[in-house]
Amino acid sequence: MSDPQNEGPVDAKARRGRNIALALGLALFMILVFVVTIVRLGASTGNG
Amino acid sequence: MTMSSALPTSRAPARWQDFLQLLKPRVMSLVVFTAITGMVCADAAINPILGAIAILCIAVGAGASASLNMWFDADIDAKMRRTRGRPVPAGRVQGADALTLGVVLSLFSTMLLGMTVNWLAAGLLAFTILFYAVVYTMWLKRSTPQNIVIGGLAGALPPVIGWAAATGTVPLNAWLLCAIIFMWTPPHFWALSLYTSEDYEKAGVPMMPVVAGAKSTRKQILIYSLLFTPLCLVPAFTGLGGLTYLAVAAGGGLIFLILAWRVFKSRAGDAADPRQDDGLYDVKAAAKDARNLFAFSILYLTLLFATLLAEHLLDLPAFGGF
Repeated sequence: MSDPQNEGPVDAKARRGRNIALALGLALFMILVFVVTIVRLGASTGNG
Repeated sequence: MTMSSALPTSRAPARWQDFLQLLKPRVMSLVVFTAITGMVCADAAINPILGAIAILCIAVGAGASASLNMWFDADIDAKMRRTRGRPVPAGRVQGADALTLGVVLSLFSTMLLGMTVNWLAAGLLAFTILFYAVVYTMWLKRSTPQNIVIGGLAGALPPVIGWAAATGTVPLNAWLLCAIIFMWTPPHFWALSLYTSEDYEKAGVPMMPVVAGAKSTRKQILIYSLLFTPLCLVPAFTGLGGLTYLAVAAGGGLIFLILAWRVFKSRAGDAADPRQDDGLYDVKAAAKDARNLFAFSILYLTLLFATLLAEHLLDLPAFGGF
């Protein structure tokens, strides 16, 4: 990995791409946990 | 073991696409296809959202084991034409980063599957990842020509995980799907290795043609094909497959056997043709029969699973059952 303080435009672009991919991955995981919670909660309420 | 210091130092920065490549998306798509087939064949009512999450977890788990494989095998990948462009041997991704990605995704996929679907499916997924990364990659691949025979279990388990995710159980029919992929693996990979054995030899990987020779490999391809093709008919008699499946399995099996026989009678893998150049999947003139079997093996397995999938989605009656 390159040093963010002394990186060229190519390195900066690659780092930005990696960061966006990581952010999207984390956002997807958050959404998944939320959806699963709703589904599980709905099933429990339905059964109760 | 990976010798990171012997690998080229990275010049190009790692892009997100390189990390995606570590997950072997093409292999992942096959895993998804067989896992969906297992899930649908279970004929159980699973919440579609939970079903989709289960498939996602299985796909990510497969990607995680691929990343661990690329971390550990970087030294031999660097010696083979087919694999030297991979992110770690090419120097675009550090070995430690591939290892981290593999471990993190293994934990995430297994835990998420367990917490959202069921722990039997999660346990099977964890076993599959460990089996592929530790038993196959770290041990069998470099030590025995039976590497892909035993290691093939990892590739055969996704339909069982899919079935377990849908029902929380793994009955005989689930293991039947596993057995079909398991028995398909040796003739499939050995057909490929007959015309890429130079690569494996260069890397010191004891694939069957390198250790036992091409003639013995061709014989073993035929033996495995004789076991594999009748096995493909069995789902039609256990309530899993219908008449269409039986017709596809029988017709395709016959073609499979003819192609395996041709490989057996050919000189595939015996000698290189000096007129051929150094392309990725160069097919030596004598290895044409092996190439045909390799290509058809992919088509045949896809057709078998696609037929089962279609029959269960369309709710067609099973041929028989006991």
